[in-house]
Amino acid sequence: MKFWRNNILHLAKIIILSILDALAVWSATILFTEHKYIFLSVLIIVTVIINFVYLSKKTYALRYILPGTFFMILLVVYPIIYTVYVSFTNYGTGNILTKPQVINQIENRYYLPEDTKDFNFKAYKIPDQKEYAVLLENEEGKLYLAIDEEVSEVTKADSRFVDQNNDGKIDMIENYEHLDRAQLFKNLSVLQNLEFFWNDNILKMKSISKFSLYRQQYKYVKAEDKIIDLKNNISYLSKEGSFTSPEGETLLPGYRANLGWENYLTLFTDSRVSGPFLRVFIWTFEWAILSVLTTFVLGLFLAILLNDKTLKFRKFYRVILILPYALPAFISVLIWRGLLNTEVGVINQILNTLSLQSIPWLQSVFWSRFALVVINLWLGFPYMMLISLGSLQSISGELYEAASIDGASAWQRFKFITLPLILVSLGPLLISSFAFNFNNFNVIYLFNEGGPPIVGAQTPAGGTDILISYTYRLSFESGRGADFGLASTVSIIIFMITAVITWFNFKYTGALEEVKENV
Amino acid sequence: MYKKQDKKTRIFKHIIIWIVIAFALFPLVWTLSAALNPANTLINQNLIPENASLKNFKYLFNNTQHPFPIWLWNSVKISFITSFIAVSMTALAAYPFSRFEFRGRRNGLFVILLIQIFPQMLAMVAIYLLFLNIQKVLPAFGLNTHPAIITIYLGGAIGVNTWLMKGYLDTIPNSLEEAAYIDGASKFQAFYRIILPLARPILAVLFVLQFIATYSEYILASIILNSNQKYTLAVGLHLFISDMYSNRWGVFSAAALLGALPIVILFMSVQKYIVHGLIGGAVKG
Repeated sequence: MKFWRNNILHLAKIIILSILDALAVWSATILFTEHKYIFLSVLIIVTVIINFVYLSKKTYALRYILPGTFFMILLVVYPIIYTVYVSFTNYGTGNILTKPQVINQIENRYYLPEDTKDFNFKAYKIPDQKEYAVLLENEEGKLYLAIDEEVSEVTKADSRFVDQNNDGKIDMIENYEHLDRAQLFKNLSVLQNLEFFWNDNILKMKSISKFSLYRQQYKYVKAEDKIIDLKNNISYLSKEGSFTSPEGETLLPGYRANLGWENYLTLFTDSRVSGPFLRVFIWTFEWAILSVLTTFVLGLFLAILLNDKTLKFRKFYRVILILPYALPAFISVLIWRGLLNTEVGVINQILNTLSLQSIPWLQSVFWSRFALVVINLWLGFPYMMLISLGSLQSISGELYEAASIDGASAWQRFKFITLPLILVSLGPLLISSFAFNFNNFNVIYLFNEGGPPIVGAQTPAGGTDILISYTYRLSFESGRGADFGLASTVSIIIFMITAVITWFNFKYTGALEEVKENV
Repeated sequence: MYKKQDKKTRIFKHIIIWIVIAFALFPLVWTLSAALNPANTLINQNLIPENASLKNFKYLFNNTQHPFPIWLWNSVKISFITSFIAVSMTALAAYPFSRFEFRGRRNGLFVILLIQIFPQMLAMVAIYLLFLNIQKVLPAFGLNTHPAIITIYLGGAIGVNTWLMKGYLDTIPNSLEEAAYIDGASKFQAFYRIILPLARPILAVLFVLQFIATYSEYILASIILNSNQKYTLAVGLHLFISDMYSNRWGVFSAAALLGALPIVILFMSVQKYIVHGLIGGAVKG
């Protein structure tokens, strides 16, 4: 029994590892056949590491840490590194594909030359299979058969033809059956994509009743890294993510290319982008500072009031006052957005009954920002109140007694005792709060989607956008193309600012020294 | 205390607190009123609705175009699975840092501290592109799937929580495990049978905090999920109400109340831990 109990875990481990390995081998074959070699090598490395960690005695501690670390590396570390890479590229709408994919796509474009030939046709298909054959007839009545990707001239007496009812129409070619008009329409999408190569030409469907000879329009010349337009005899040179003619025309789509520091330069020097970006940048700081300041002032003020142990209903007040913090922020913000609705919102209605004018909460930059600060005050003051209460309770009452004896007023006691002591203990939390609000996407975006829009901005930058919502809108806002490259560049800038804030925080608290000493 | 307060100051204090309470309750009261108001519009809303009814709530559960129950269920499901796996992984990761001596222990803890500083959403573009690629190979984990969004959330599982967990485990004496070893338990059995049950309080707190954070997450869910049946409550509600305030206000209010309720209850159950400061910053600031 005991033997069994001690070994069941071992057995379970072996079984789970075997299943994982089996899955890995199965995935590896798929990846191999699809030529996804980068994914494949990652898979192999990960599988080897997992097996090693769970089978070797030396790596015992790692067995516990590995699951969490695996997800952290895959979904935090790798994305950060990939963000850096994307920020140096033009990745985005119009530049989604890789260069070989784009060349392949462009080389597969055809045009109808002036001397093209038209053919009437009949289509044939093997029932329940995706195999098609086309019987073509040119103006002189000559017959051609396109079958198995080949085109050849045939006669009516071809042995493959079957005329079941002897009406002169060919009903079957080998096991291909004739498609009548209704079936033709049903198979139209496949038929339109059929291509048969025939003496440097491509035989393709032109209309529901005609096939025609097309010619390849573009050819890629590897030696000179250019694409030649064979029809108009123009050369398109490969340049910064697209093929461009000497006249400046580009072939669409573009491809993914490294731009070096281009995105960074655009952000800071191209006035159509840098102007709105600078506004967003400054507002982000204003927003974070205002958020921390307003919530902290109100929270501390309430904490001082509630810290009076003789105050009646103290516990009740405390529970009611943390309610705003208990609600999920996304719900609260959407509620506030309704209350502040300019046309029908409750707040403007109240203003109207007081004979005041409606305020354009969502349409004016100033009022939008004002509303956001008030909403965030509502959301955040309970947290500040809670941590201030905790901190106030740790201040010794003797300090206040001593100050009273020296004749200090209430304000002086606050200014010289409470505030400095609280700031020392809450300082790191205030910096964390600053960092949090710096990236407080939910409040900003759910209130007004970053709007109102800045007039004349080339990128989707709004009057209340902060850096993180700006990043989001650059990449994912419907209606405009995605600019993953520029968005990643903004992300990297936020990364750097966050790093600096954190460095200050660590310096302030000596957290790093603590780590070195205490673990 | 240092000075006896006179009666005026005392009343003044209460008045100020009641003003803030009015501010705190203002949106909630109006939401409750709108939820019970069958008119379903913002226009000419009175604080006390005429003909109060549960019509808005009923509508919520019989609306196929905007399947509120599905969104709520998606949110609860995703948050539950994420929190369960995340807390399991955190407990596992924190244990060796608390108990074993191994190479790279100190640096490992330090790296975890450093990495969790950067919010995962900063890399949203890369995460989106990653799952766009995964979709081509493994559609079950691609865009618009719940496994994908859960996997993403798990990336941030062992951040600051590992530190909190380790701190708690450090307070449990070593001698308990040593006794278990003598009885023939393996290292893992000692962890699983002895330590984990003792760590139940911190496990519960971490679970609740992770649940709240996942439930409230908007940005990554909105990037990954793109169909009505897959939305979480945050994404679904935003799409439901944006620009439709004039004619969906009542139904939205009902949804907001129902959607907030589980979180308020969970939050109140752990709020006393927030006074310790550290934990609060881990959820919202």
